[in-house]
Amino acid sequence: MTIRNVRDHGQRFRPRMACLKKVESVMLEMQDPKTGVKSQPQRLVITTIPHAITGEDIVAWLTNCYSIETEEAWALGTMLVAFGYIYPLQDHKRLVIKPDASLYRFQTPYFWPAQQWPVEDTDYAIYLAKRNIRKKGILEMYEQVQYNSLHKWMNHKWDFIVMQAKEQYRAGKERKKPDRVVFDCQERAYWVVHRPPPGTVSAMDYGLERMVDPNTEEMIFTQQSIMRPRVKSSVSIGALVKYSVTYNKHDPFLAPCLPSNPWVTDDVTYWLLNMANVEIPTKMRVERWTFSFAELLSDPRGRDDFRLFLKKEFSGENLAFWEACEDLKWGTAATMNDKAQQVYKTFLTRGAPRWINIDGKTMEVTVKGLKHPHRYVLDAAQTHIFMLMKKDSYGRYLKSPVFKDTQKRAICPDQHMFSVSQLEANARKRRPSISPIIVRQLEQEERARMATSGPVDITQVMSKLSNKGKEVPPSKK
Amino acid sequence: MSIQDVSPCVKCYIMEVQPNETLTNLKAESDTLKTKLEDERAKLHDVELHQVAEKVDGLGQFIMKTRRTLKGHGNKVLCMDWCKDKRRIVSSSQVSVWIIVTFSEEHAVTMPCTWVMACAYAPSGCAVACGGLDNKCSVYPLSLDKNENLAAKKKSVAMHTNYLSACSFTNSDMQILTSSGDGTCALWDVESGQLLQSFHGHAADVLCLDLAPSETGNTFVSGGCDKKANVWDMRSGQCIQSFETHESDINSVRYYPSGDAFASGSDDATCRLYDLRADREVAIYSKESIIFGASSVDFSLSGRLLFGGYNDYTINVWDVLKGTRVSILFGHENRVSTLRLSPDGTAFCSGSWDHTLRVRWAALIGIHIFGTRGTVV
Repeated sequence: MTIRNVRDHGQRFRPRMACLKKVESVMLEMQDPKTGVKSQPQRLVITTIPHAITGEDIVAWLTNCYSIETEEAWALGTMLVAFGYIYPLQDHKRLVIKPDASLYRFQTPYFWPAQQWPVEDTDYAIYLAKRNIRKKGILEMYEQVQYNSLHKWMNHKWDFIVMQAKEQYRAGKERKKPDRVVFDCQERAYWVVHRPPPGTVSAMDYGLERMVDPNTEEMIFTQQSIMRPRVKSSVSIGALVKYSVTYNKHDPFLAPCLPSNPWVTDDVTYWLLNMANVEIPTKMRVERWTFSFAELLSDPRGRDDFRLFLKKEFSGENLAFWEACEDLKWGTAATMNDKAQQVYKTFLTRGAPRWINIDGKTMEVTVKGLKHPHRYVLDAAQTHIFMLMKKDSYGRYLKSPVFKDTQKRAICPDQHMFSVSQLEANARKRRPSISPIIVRQLEQEERARMATSGPVDITQVMSKLSNKGKEVPPSKK
Repeated sequence: MSIQDVSPCVKCYIMEVQPNETLTNLKAESDTLKTKLEDERAKLHDVELHQVAEKVDGLGQFIMKTRRTLKGHGNKVLCMDWCKDKRRIVSSSQVSVWIIVTFSEEHAVTMPCTWVMACAYAPSGCAVACGGLDNKCSVYPLSLDKNENLAAKKKSVAMHTNYLSACSFTNSDMQILTSSGDGTCALWDVESGQLLQSFHGHAADVLCLDLAPSETGNTFVSGGCDKKANVWDMRSGQCIQSFETHESDINSVRYYPSGDAFASGSDDATCRLYDLRADREVAIYSKESIIFGASSVDFSLSGRLLFGGYNDYTINVWDVLKGTRVSILFGHENRVSTLRLSPDGTAFCSGSWDHTLRVRWAALIGIHIFGTRGTVV
């Protein structure tokens, strides 16, 4: 049979099934008499089924049409069957494509999932009743269960249902035998898709309903968008490409992790070497710190190194201020006021113990804002200090003895070469790692211990935590 | 004074008051504005992504292997998130929330809940947040005692008027960002449950969100059933950028690692890349043979690869720069509903309606030299 056109079956009201329109156009192509899948009449039991196609022909056609591998064509074919656009003639309850001589047929558009009328239980009841009339006991176990439950809750219109079933049965008998067989196959296939046997995956299952209101417009916003400053594509795209190329060697999917990817070899050395507060970092890790200032700050080990450098330069207050701002921004609402006051006293007020150097305008704005503090009150000052560190301190850090020393001492582990038996041993030795709850408890205990050992400033606490064993600088007030 | 002179805010009000003739005028006006926006965006568009990417080496063949298959949820897996320790995950299904030490395949905690569509691990690793059809997002502090009833200590933080579709902690355990079927996103203080900021602008269910990498500022992107992806300023609650090029619901959004772009996956079977500084869509990842929607996306560490989980049970891996598909992965027996890269990029985990979670790793074998556009699979 040939299909000439496909109507839009109100798809915009069922956006979760946006794929159906595309599937329908595939079906049209597949049934094209010249370029579609080859079909021929097949003998099945005592009747001849027209326009039957084999599983292997379907897979071959898909492979050819989309230039894809067989496995993908097979997966795609299975989806077409799962949605009910193609149905199997044998083993009709398993909606998969078997890439052999198994027979399939294209489903008639009347039974396509995209039809505008929803699949109703009443129709299902009529269908089951009709089959029952034709031959008692023909219903499968799960169908019988469904039938009984429908009979119970649709009892009030059961007469109507039986009447419809009888009518359909009678009309069916008047058809020619081959037509009747074909129609029965199609109808049966339709119900396997929409009322799947228990334990099977149903393609009609699309999860929760979503609300869609296609009529709302947003004009205020478009007006503003037009005015927005933009960057040339060559500049911004260039930056995206550059980022990807820069990080290429650091991407575990593109370059090997040293010594080995723990997921592959079950050896966790890679994770141990890259822990947050490890004494000696790896060469790869140190290299990342040179990519951008943000990268340096976001790595706790990198930040510690930077902090050490700043202390030597006596400009540690900048980083401390930045960290205090972060703490304010992301902290609990309840402590916000106190934190803001603390920051003011420590960093901003005249004669503050760790006074930071920001320009007059920013200071004015910040102090004014602190009268009614909110979590973003320090934003202007924080950005100023961040840019100061990025443009000035960061560059000097990368040339400093602190960094060069760290770079020199950084380790580059050799790649693991495990034998098969060693890999098996690794797999057996897999253990759950220390719980983050315990890690946090340990950190808190360490902090408490530092706090009780006399007045110290926070930078020392942090450097002590990371530089365990190194020299302890004199405490500042 | 004609309708053109009236400010847009007033225009929208007029739309409600006099529906008939002004509605068609307003629609025409809105369409004109949209065309104008696209013209403005096009003015600075002087090069395509794949053109710039021509100078970059192509990717060779990948072998991708499943390293862990976690069964036992017994129900559709709806969402998952990694812990910062790179080994643990929290995953949610229709009936429960699990914490699994994926690396050693050890089960840590099970919490019975219903239809948990969103879950997130706290940055400290000491709590998880989850919610779904209960319209709420609750935070559960974790405990070392396996037998402790975590539901007893749970704290309800977020309250929406429709289902919770996604949630994420910000840089600390103290704040949560949520998106909901009620069309809004919101930022909450965990301790007090106070609403810190709400974000209005989507015309339909918001399905996904992602926070910008911390160094690039205080923004996040959300995607919804109105086919729009919106970028928001967390401080002011304003929508600062909006993109409407998808043809259907946006199921997933994820920032490019540099924070200057983001990818989206949609029911229209495409994934797209949007450049924030150029303010436009710069790539579409699609293939004629990919007909079914993408449900979740994530980048590899360098941003070179984009992993997409699809409703046809497969995972497609895209070369972000060249726009070609690098690999297709099979194995799941139902829709892939969620997909996340591990925090250090060593593996990614996919969850599916087939009740399983799979952790996969890949190796590149062989690299193409200059000049080719990469292998087309």
